[in-house]
Amino acid sequence: MRQNSDLDLDFTDRLADIQFSRRSFLKVTGGGIIILFLLGDIPAWGQGRQPLPTDFNAFLHIAEDGRVSLYTGKIEMGQGVVTSLAQMLADELDVALDSVDMVMGDTDLCPWDMGTFGSMSTRSFGPPLRAAAAEGRLVLMEMAAAKLGKPADQLTVEGGVVYLKSDKSVKVSYAELAKGQKIARKASGKAPLKTPDQFKIMGTPVTRRDAREKVTGKAKYAADIQLPGMLYARILRPPSHASKRTSLDVSGARQIAGVEVIEDGDLVAVLHKYPDVAEKALTKIRATYDTPASDLNEKTIFDHLLKVAPQGNSVGRNGDIQKGKSEAAKTFEMTYLDGYRAHAPMEPHAAVANVEGNKARVWPSSQTPFPAKDEIARTLGIPPANVHITPPFVGGGFGGKSVNQQAVEAARLSKLCGKPVQVAWTREEEFFYDAFRPAAVVKINSGLDGEGRMLFWDYHVYWAGERGAQHFYTIPNSSTFAHGSGWGTQPGTHPFATGAWRAPGNNTNTFARESQIDIMASAAGVDPVEFRLKHLSNAKMQRVLKTAAEKFGWTPAAAPSGRGFGVACGTDAGTSVAAIAEVEVNKATGKATVKRVVCVQDMGLVINPQGATIQMEGCITMGLGYALAEDIHFMGGAVLDVNFGTYQIPRFSWLPKIETVIIDARNDAPQGGGEPAIITMGGVIANAIFDAVGARVMQMPLTADRVKEAMKKA
Amino acid sequence: MEELIKFTLNGKPVEVTADGDRMLLWVLRVDLGLTGTKYGCGESYCGACTVLVDEKATHSCMTPLKMVQGKSVVTIEGLANNGEMHPLQRAFMENDALQCGYCTPGMILHAYELLKKHPNPTEGEIVNGMEQNLCRCGAHKRIIEAIQAAAQAMKGV
Repeated sequence: MRQNSDLDLDFTDRLADIQFSRRSFLKVTGGGIIILFLLGDIPAWGQGRQPLPTDFNAFLHIAEDGRVSLYTGKIEMGQGVVTSLAQMLADELDVALDSVDMVMGDTDLCPWDMGTFGSMSTRSFGPPLRAAAAEGRLVLMEMAAAKLGKPADQLTVEGGVVYLKSDKSVKVSYAELAKGQKIARKASGKAPLKTPDQFKIMGTPVTRRDAREKVTGKAKYAADIQLPGMLYARILRPPSHASKRTSLDVSGARQIAGVEVIEDGDLVAVLHKYPDVAEKALTKIRATYDTPASDLNEKTIFDHLLKVAPQGNSVGRNGDIQKGKSEAAKTFEMTYLDGYRAHAPMEPHAAVANVEGNKARVWPSSQTPFPAKDEIARTLGIPPANVHITPPFVGGGFGGKSVNQQAVEAARLSKLCGKPVQVAWTREEEFFYDAFRPAAVVKINSGLDGEGRMLFWDYHVYWAGERGAQHFYTIPNSSTFAHGSGWGTQPGTHPFATGAWRAPGNNTNTFARESQIDIMASAAGVDPVEFRLKHLSNAKMQRVLKTAAEKFGWTPAAAPSGRGFGVACGTDAGTSVAAIAEVEVNKATGKATVKRVVCVQDMGLVINPQGATIQMEGCITMGLGYALAEDIHFMGGAVLDVNFGTYQIPRFSWLPKIETVIIDARNDAPQGGGEPAIITMGGVIANAIFDAVGARVMQMPLTADRVKEAMKKA
Repeated sequence: MEELIKFTLNGKPVEVTADGDRMLLWVLRVDLGLTGTKYGCGESYCGACTVLVDEKATHSCMTPLKMVQGKSVVTIEGLANNGEMHPLQRAFMENDALQCGYCTPGMILHAYELLKKHPNPTEGEIVNGMEQNLCRCGAHKRIIEAIQAAAQAMKGV
């Protein structure tokens, strides 16, 4: 068949053409039709590491049996892309959803991908994936036209079978068309996409595709991988991130039958065929440490963070701040504090590694399998091509599984002992090595004019980062600065690792901004919903806020009204979100209980409304934790929270009545859905507490003690 | 000390020769290969390791093997009956009562005990019954709905 110069290339030629020098992952797919495509951009820092194709990083494969597979470096960790990506593919290609297989994150099968985070999978991935699927459909239609001897415009497709519109008995299936083919084609982007009124699968609620494995216990997570001869490792850990080891005696561990002890510089581990015996052996190791004294703890950290903060980067400015300040009738100078948070996924980090000679096979719980591959290759001193990572199911990530320390540890130990090794962190290790959401400070000076309108806004965020720092209200004179990054650490900043936590930075920024807006609304004697609407020119945000107020049954009243109603707005990952909450405060104890949350989101086109709703519910529920209770306790680099006894995450009894609305914006590009709703939870609860008891809590989490303290000042 | 422990596992008799002080969680996962039972905290805070011991929801991470001598243990792998999923498993699927799925086996087995005690549970009874099981993805709302749906489906069974 020669209808197009692209269609007669065999895979080998095509690979040479795109300079894909590594072993051919396409070999594993067998015959059929392949559409190569580019998802977003391949970052420059990724290109330098190894020979990478620059014109594709994902592909879909129509196999000779008619099954369709999507090969992508993204991973599934509960957020539901295994379902939403399959929906997009099935709809554009006109095949049944259950004929689509997802091959995700395997570094030998899938093209390079930087990782799964930032609510990127659906919004960046969606348009090119749909274009590739549409292209696949176009190729198959052309082939069907040739095979049936009918013009393509007289044909139609249903469930992977091409029919003649006028006579359904004249037909040919995708399987028949793919049989014996070896076609690889790069998506040209010319195939037309379906419009929302043509969607059959996109925009339709679909339950999770991986649920059966998960409810039957068949789903394999990293720690569930068991290889013949595998040893379970437990690693000696210091009491603090600042500790230096001064002595070591492993003789006690060696006396336990079957225990192997490995010492390799900083890495001291005990290994056994049973994890609990390895655990016992670890307790027999005697080690002493020098730990420098530190007066940093969860109370003193904020002064320290301000002291070490660099000059800020301007995130946005308009008007003249000085002029605004001098003309303001009322000014409000406030400081907001936010503590460290753990990701605390239910699955602690785990990995199985099998290093044989100069080859490594690794199964890690990871949001970033390709960076893990590079890191392991560097550590072991072997070529990246010799490291094969297969990510199993991931038991929650929230940003925390972008760090692959446990996978590197497993690979090192496997190399040293010559056997497959499993490293599965305990809950205590998970808390100790977590890259926490950073503690942060926000200072806001803002003012109203004589008519109660916002006149100026001077915003400085320290160490939360830029995401969500820029406000979206109409304020004539405004300036926003971000001091220090919310990502990673500069030495001397935090006493332990920090990193991206679900909607990084935005939870802190939205708490501060929405609290400040509320303070001004209250001072102006204006209802907080009305005050916001008066200062919003963005139609999208106006609409989500109005919809939330309507759904909630909001009636205007200036705060504090005693009702315990709060409101907060935010933007994240391209999505606009508004939340309204009802909170009950126990006046004797200060304990706040959230009774009801209404949340409205405009996230553009929604691929799986069911999945998007679940993400919103998850955000609201998880957000209760950082808003009300979660706070890492520490002394210098020693993390004092070691388990869920002191680090309280949301429970069933915390659950408010949750009502979610997704604005129908099907003609707009899809935006992020896994994070936006969580950013409103601190602000909406703080504002509802103020409305209930007139107490303004300036620090998250909004614990009973802090509410009580604020009530004394109110 | 190694000893012979005999118990019923998912309806079948098993014999394990092992140190009776080892925790059931590790014996199930490693010695017996049933990895559906998860480690979450190791100290009975999270419920991810929940199994049924004589129909009672039990944290296997804090249950020494010798405690199940002569008893009946059911793990998530044994809840289906001849390949037919338990109504709770179906309800969790149909209600999307899970995201990452790591807490799911423990949730389902704890809910099993709950429905034994309260075949027609109120929302308050579900909340109280499930309070010790942690979920980080925030699937709580749908887990409650799934348990309600399973209770309906189990009526008259």
